[in-house]
Amino acid sequence: MLPNEIFDKLKIEFGEEIISLNEDPGYEPSIKVEPTNLVDIMLFLRDEEGLEFDYPSCLSGVDLGANLGVVYNLYSMKRAHKITIKVEVPKEAPDVPSCELVWRSFDWHEREAYDLLGINFVGHHNLTRILLPDDWEGHPLRKDYVQPDYFHGMKVPY
Amino acid sequence: MSEIRDVAIDLGNVHTEHMKLNVGPQHPSTHGVLRLMVELEGEIVVDVVPHIGYLHRCFEKVCEQNTYTQIVPYVDRMDYVNSMNNELPYVIGVEKLLGITVSERIEAIRVICAELDRIASHEIAVATFGMDAGAFTPFLYLFRDREKILWVLEKLSGSRLLYNYIRIGGLMRDVYPTFKDDLRDIIKTVRETNAEINNLLNDNKIFVERCANIGILPPDVAINYGASGPMLRASGVRHDLRRVDPYSIYNKLDFEVCVGTGTMGTVGDSWDRNWVRMLEMEQSLRIIEQAMEMITDSSEDVRAGIPKRIAPKGELYSRAENPKGELGFYIVGDGKAKPQRVKGRSPCYVNLSIIPEISKGYMFADLIIILGSIDIVLGEIDR
Amino acid sequence: MGLLDRLDNPYDVGDNIFLGTVEDVLNWGRSKSDWYMTFGLACCAIEFMAVNAAHFDFMRFGCIPRPSPRQTDFIIISGTVTLKMAERIKRLYEQMAEPKYVISMGSCSNSGGPYWENGYHVLKGVDRIIPVDVYIPGCPPRPEAFMDGMVQLQSKINHQAIFRKRKEMRPEDIAAIDQRQIELKKLRAEYEAYRIEHLDLTGVDNVAK
Ligand code: SF4
Repeated sequence: MLPNEIFDKLKIEFGEEIISLNEDPGYEPSIKVEPTNLVDIMLFLRDEEGLEFDYPSCLSGVDLGANLGVVYNLYSMKRAHKITIKVEVPKEAPDVPSCELVWRSFDWHEREAYDLLGINFVGHHNLTRILLPDDWEGHPLRKDYVQPDYFHGMKVPY
Repeated sequence: MSEIRDVAIDLGNVHTEHMKLNVGPQHPSTHGVLRLMVELEGEIVVDVVPHIGYLHRCFEKVCEQNTYTQIVPYVDRMDYVNSMNNELPYVIGVEKLLGITVSERIEAIRVICAELDRIASHEIAVATFGMDAGAFTPFLYLFRDREKILWVLEKLSGSRLLYNYIRIGGLMRDVYPTFKDDLRDIIKTVRETNAEINNLLNDNKIFVERCANIGILPPDVAINYGASGPMLRASGVRHDLRRVDPYSIYNKLDFEVCVGTGTMGTVGDSWDRNWVRMLEMEQSLRIIEQAMEMITDSSEDVRAGIPKRIAPKGELYSRAENPKGELGFYIVGDGKAKPQRVKGRSPCYVNLSIIPEISKGYMFADLIIILGSIDIVLGEIDR
Repeated sequence: MGLLDRLDNPYDVGDNIFLGTVEDVLNWGRSKSDWYMTFGLACCAIEFMAVNAAHFDFMRFGCIPRPSPRQTDFIIISGTVTLKMAERIKRLYEQMAEPKYVISMGSCSNSGGPYWENGYHVLKGVDRIIPVDVYIPGCPPRPEAFMDGMVQLQSKINHQAIFRKRKEMRPEDIAAIDQRQIELKKLRAEYEAYRIEHLDLTGVDNVAK
């Protein structure tokens, strides 16, 4: 299925919540959606006849300046097509519904995005730091992050 | 074997204790600095909680501070046992963003390097898996062979483990004159050793008893968890990115996608995962044999295509079949010399997250076998 | 090494006798049977595995892997030390029995290596938490470089003083030692004279007689 067909199908089902389709040259085709009803959209993508995105490739958090973004790369083994889903949330309230139960793979991916970018996945069963120590302060992949000087008495900068 | 295990588990009136056991981060069988919190009921595993991040080297932050060319050495250090396979998806991704294509000869050299490193990686996987099960001899045999592969790649790239050989738009340098002879030599030795390893390890009764029917991963669970590589194929799913989403010249090459068949136990058990690796080594040799024919003698300059300025605008998710599974890079470029975001989708990270699912109900010693059969590399998990 | 040379020289004292200090003997034994901890951190650990395997054969240095820090003489910090791991490494080092040594393998554990600038979670040099005896440069160091580092460590152990230094001793002990030294010197001179008289092997003709 081509990206615009997927977009149309989603648009019919969810209407306003599907914002736009980006097919610029140089960019992989991606669909931008509202975060409010994300879990339903993902379940639809997974289970709807003809879409059947059964394989979760990747989830990345991105710092977009004023906003934080989450990018879902999905792939369908049955239909051999792929699509990118994007959501954007403001930095002050970075709440995104957790898709952990749609694809179990996103359990750790979401924890990583929380750890490094501070995106709050609402509904995740265990949203704790995964890579950094539990008492680490700040989210290092944000563009305005500054290295701490000391951590547990150890000097951090060179 | 399964009867014996049932008996051991069903010793009804034996007093067992509920306890928590910490494994790692310094432990000989965790393949690095992984830490597992294991909950045990007697000797039966009730729950496993992996703790990672002991090797978090800030790869993604480093990428944002370096130019596209400077990132290649850091990509090498992600999965440090098969650097060539890491460079390939990254370089292909940036080339796609820039709209560059390279000649078939360069692609063939890249593919040969990647496949050589795939063999080296699988050799380490099988060797350390054997060690986990208590077999030391395969380790010595396989490392002897791996040393030969490293020599060839060293002759090619000038460094021993982390090559930094594949460049955006080309290669670091051309192959040396006796390259093909060395390849033929490697193909011969690897074939011989693999036959030996089959006798020594894979058909060994003790090894089979320890691995068969252990850590069974059903295909639907594997897909839902996003497993990839030998882990997914051992569960019987015929999914190989070199076939289903071909990159480089893989669509011109003839090779088989190997899947687990449950020869010694059930489809998707630890023995199958190891066996798929053994089969894949043979397929890699076949690929090398075919790609060798594509390297013609020519006066082509492999550095000519390397662009002077690399500042792409756009974004994409570029993926390739790494020996461990689907290695992907999500690259966002905003027209500057440094990328805005590079995210590494590491196959081991995803594969390891399955371990709580497949290790419950087995003995503690089986947990080590399951962990070894996943073939993790902590540099890639923690990045 | 001086000890071995004397052992190998057939024209020296004779069967199974050699002269040397107790320190020499102990250091010789210690440096030739170092046990190390099986402990790998990052990419350098793969090179270290290669050193262990068939081609480079690390065991010929007398080094045997031990899984527990309490049984080991030295630890190899092979790879990047992160802040999360640093506390564990310090703990491991403290658990080792004296005398203990540390080899820092690779740029990362020497100084932070490729991550020195942007690695917010990397410790820039393991010597910030534990003392290091031998630094091996390289990213990763070649197996040959690692083996040279091992030789360096052995020679360091060989030249180490086990006993107390002279200036730290009590005066009466020093006097006793001096007295003993004079006696030893005399004994040695007597022995030399005896040897020259009875075991004169300077020429083949002499032996034939
Ligand atoms: S020094 Fe280089 S090879 Fe060694 S751990 Fe650091 S990055 Fe890896």
